[in-house]
Amino acid sequence: MTTKTDYEAVIGLETHVQLKTRSKMFCRCDRDYFDAEPNTHVCAVCLGMPGMLPVINEQAVAFTILTGLALGCEIPQHSKFDRKNYPYPDLLKGYQISQFDQPLCVGGGLDIEVDGEASFVRLERIHLEEDTARLLHRDDGGGGGSGGSGGGQGYSLLDVNRGGVPLMEAVTQPDMHSSAQAVAYLRKLRLILRYLGVSDADMEKGSFRCDANISLRPRGQEELGAKVEVKNMNSFRAIQRALETEIVRQSEILDARDTVAQETRGYIDATGETVSQRSKEEAHDYRYFPEPDLPPLLTEPAVVEELRTQLPELPDAKRARFQEQYRLSTEESRVLTESRRRADTFEETAGHSQPERARAVAHWLIGDVTALLHQVSADAELDQTKLTPAHIAELVDLMEGGTITAASGKEVLAAAFESGEMPAAIVEAQGLGRVDDEGELGGIAAAVIEANPKAVTDYRGGKESAIKFLVGQVMRETRGRSDPNSAADALHAHLDAS
Amino acid sequence: MAGPIELNRTAHEHAAALRAGRYTARALMEATLALVRQQEASLNAYITVAGDEALAQADAADKRLREGEAGPLTGIPIAIKDLLSTRGTLTTAGSRMLGNFVPITDCTVVTKLRAAGAVFSGKANLDEFAMGSSTEHSAYGATHNPWDPERVPGGSSGGSAATVAAGGVPIAVGTDTGGSIRQPAAFTGVLGLKPTYGRVSRFGVVAFASSLEQVGPFARDAEDVANLLGAIAGVDASDSTTAPVPVPDYTADFGEGFDGLHVGVPVEFAGDGVEPGVRDAVERAIAVLEANGATIDRDVSLPSASAALPVYYLIAPSEASANLARYDGVKYGFSVHDAPTMWDEMEQTRGRGFGDEVKRRIMLGTYALSAGYYDAYYLKAQKVRTLIRREFEQAFAGHDLLLTPTTPSVAFKIGEKMDDPYAMYLNDLFTIPANIAGVPALSVPCGLSDGLPVGLHLIGRAFEEGTLLRAAHAYEQHTDWHTMRPPAVV
Repeated sequence: MTTKTDYEAVIGLETHVQLKTRSKMFCRCDRDYFDAEPNTHVCAVCLGMPGMLPVINEQAVAFTILTGLALGCEIPQHSKFDRKNYPYPDLLKGYQISQFDQPLCVGGGLDIEVDGEASFVRLERIHLEEDTARLLHRDDGGGGGSGGSGGGQGYSLLDVNRGGVPLMEAVTQPDMHSSAQAVAYLRKLRLILRYLGVSDADMEKGSFRCDANISLRPRGQEELGAKVEVKNMNSFRAIQRALETEIVRQSEILDARDTVAQETRGYIDATGETVSQRSKEEAHDYRYFPEPDLPPLLTEPAVVEELRTQLPELPDAKRARFQEQYRLSTEESRVLTESRRRADTFEETAGHSQPERARAVAHWLIGDVTALLHQVSADAELDQTKLTPAHIAELVDLMEGGTITAASGKEVLAAAFESGEMPAAIVEAQGLGRVDDEGELGGIAAAVIEANPKAVTDYRGGKESAIKFLVGQVMRETRGRSDPNSAADALHAHLDAS
Repeated sequence: MAGPIELNRTAHEHAAALRAGRYTARALMEATLALVRQQEASLNAYITVAGDEALAQADAADKRLREGEAGPLTGIPIAIKDLLSTRGTLTTAGSRMLGNFVPITDCTVVTKLRAAGAVFSGKANLDEFAMGSSTEHSAYGATHNPWDPERVPGGSSGGSAATVAAGGVPIAVGTDTGGSIRQPAAFTGVLGLKPTYGRVSRFGVVAFASSLEQVGPFARDAEDVANLLGAIAGVDASDSTTAPVPVPDYTADFGEGFDGLHVGVPVEFAGDGVEPGVRDAVERAIAVLEANGATIDRDVSLPSASAALPVYYLIAPSEASANLARYDGVKYGFSVHDAPTMWDEMEQTRGRGFGDEVKRRIMLGTYALSAGYYDAYYLKAQKVRTLIRREFEQAFAGHDLLLTPTTPSVAFKIGEKMDDPYAMYLNDLFTIPANIAGVPALSVPCGLSDGLPVGLHLIGRAFEEGTLLRAAHAYEQHTDWHTMRPPAVV
């Protein structure tokens, strides 16, 4: 990208997170509607029937406060819900119950790192609201016609399963300056949410959705430029591309000494472009006012402290501890803390083995075990297979204790993955014990020498590399049950003696 | 079971007769429905008069009576304001918008009434979405006052008041957002109580102004009001604004008379604008109280109460503008289908589904909440509301009750105020402050002015409905205004 001026992008993110509660935000409907038939998770309350009243889901409030505590937010004692008014068929009451000026969590933030450069993204607030229903636009009328953004004789279907699902919104300060930082923030936020167990935070399933506010200013300038809100980004890749596209678009406008319009733009995944959706003048007046059907929320300090005790160890702390306690590398501890289950699997496995073997446990989990898990699915964890931490620990102990070789280890692991049998039993049954008896190995070495006169001649003629071929032959004869050094020793003992 | 059933009785009189086996709940209901249908020609008190389902309810009540499991309301006919959701029965809110709406669930009050064994005479007429003071703003025609068919019964619960006053049923439930129970009670010569905010569940009651309204009883004496309130009051897990205050026996203090009651008569309510006939009737009532042991204090002041009316007409329409946003023709109710776009359909649905008064209030509320006006209107109104609440608290520090006329005038002629919304709003001048402050208030018949009923308005401390009812009961021991009936109906 070449621009006349060096611009700095200023990015703030608004992330909507569906909470993994049992019921919906204000009624008793089952919250988990994924894959359900349309309009099967609905009741008179979430359908917005006349006279129906909301009742606050206490688990959703607790999840939001827990998230706030994990992100260092202040939890004000007084909070309340408000009505956000705008007419649209996906909003069944004609207003959304949200929080306007007294959110559940204020301030806080999280550390991110991009290319080794660390920074802190401040949060403005985290508040709680209800999700909207889903409109499914159909356009099977055969085109033609006018009116309606879809063109043609379109119509819309309404699925209220999503309507009223607890939705937590985290709003950052404009603290990010690149698409990479934005994605790093989102990945970190998602990881923390998953650690807390408050959300699946799955972009594909729509339980983690992000809008971005982005403006440009000449580097060094204090004053912010005109802000554009970008919507419709449904993957990390889309967010990255949309922000990069938007930075180029705004740079070109500013280079041409034009002004960037303050507006809302939608990202089109197919083209990688953003298109104008709504100008500043068309922005809604939401006419917020306190929700009269709900009393103000009083959060007692004791409740906050009780929730604080429920906070799990968070990814950053766990990573640091893994490096310190198990002597893992930065990368090893990062990979192992990518999910709480994986980290737990590692610790449980390491616990079954000896402390000094933790690194070997990490090595096997990250390498061969992960490769096997990928056969199940991209994000499978150990508990979805027949393997247990005890299996892995026993396997590592067999190798580290010299009972089997690394090559046999792979074989034993594959067998255990298939059958669920314990590694020691597999070694026993299949005779995979390491060939370390000098007599047996010596006999095999003698036989190999006997069978490969040309290699022996080459070796004797001073061709050192011939020994490697002979070692390979010994390994083959033992089906990996010997290690290369012992094999070479045994060969040398015979060759050099005769 | 000889002879026709005397319908002009209180609910507790009917209950005693039912328990004594002098007639059955079915016979009572058949007689009630016959009378109600006959009166409908002149009153139009109902949007839906009950059919066979009421007789099935009556049969179930008879079974309970036979089994000795009857309560004070078992087998008693009751009218339900058509703002309360009744599962399987049309619930219109007096609006064309809900002209075809059949709820899938009962409101909590109806659930409780069913559990008590009450039998529903039908869904009573009202001003559309409870917005009005005359029951003229109903999409189903105006209700007429049994005392004079050319006059309004008051509103918005005019149908409930009229059918009780006319002797069709002994009791009814209405809702009161700014006087919608008490003003029609006063205009038709019956008792009407607005309970403390949070005393009765609003779940399933079609919402107008959420922070102001309560469901409450109509009856012909204090004992029936007490029994009906006892049946419908209480905390409800489905309504977070209900209070976890135990429901007492509201007749417990009956018999203690006026002794020791400190009654304040606020100076602000005794001023201009009260008709002489109304003033005289209320003064005579005060004299009765004073002569029988109550202490009257005319030195009470609620200086901010004069602001209650403007406060009400900012808060109630604001809440209404949001509460009525759901009526867009997409999910249920009236719907225009032939407009070119979705937005046109929603606009025309609302344009044709709502009446003028409803539209007026939606526009008022939308304006009051708009960016740039919120602070000057809605927010300021909330602040004044807090002031009014505090003044009531101060007044109640030295007084058990406050006393005013319920309305400045008696029932007015149909059509008289339809072109002057402000004159219509002034009807609620004395009743609105209790909604703003959230305190309970009761209208009790206390005389006639030009042959039309006058209401005595008693306001009590929060959750002290018992004191209001004790005073009303004592008043009934010294006067017989509560037994007066419209000449045509007796």
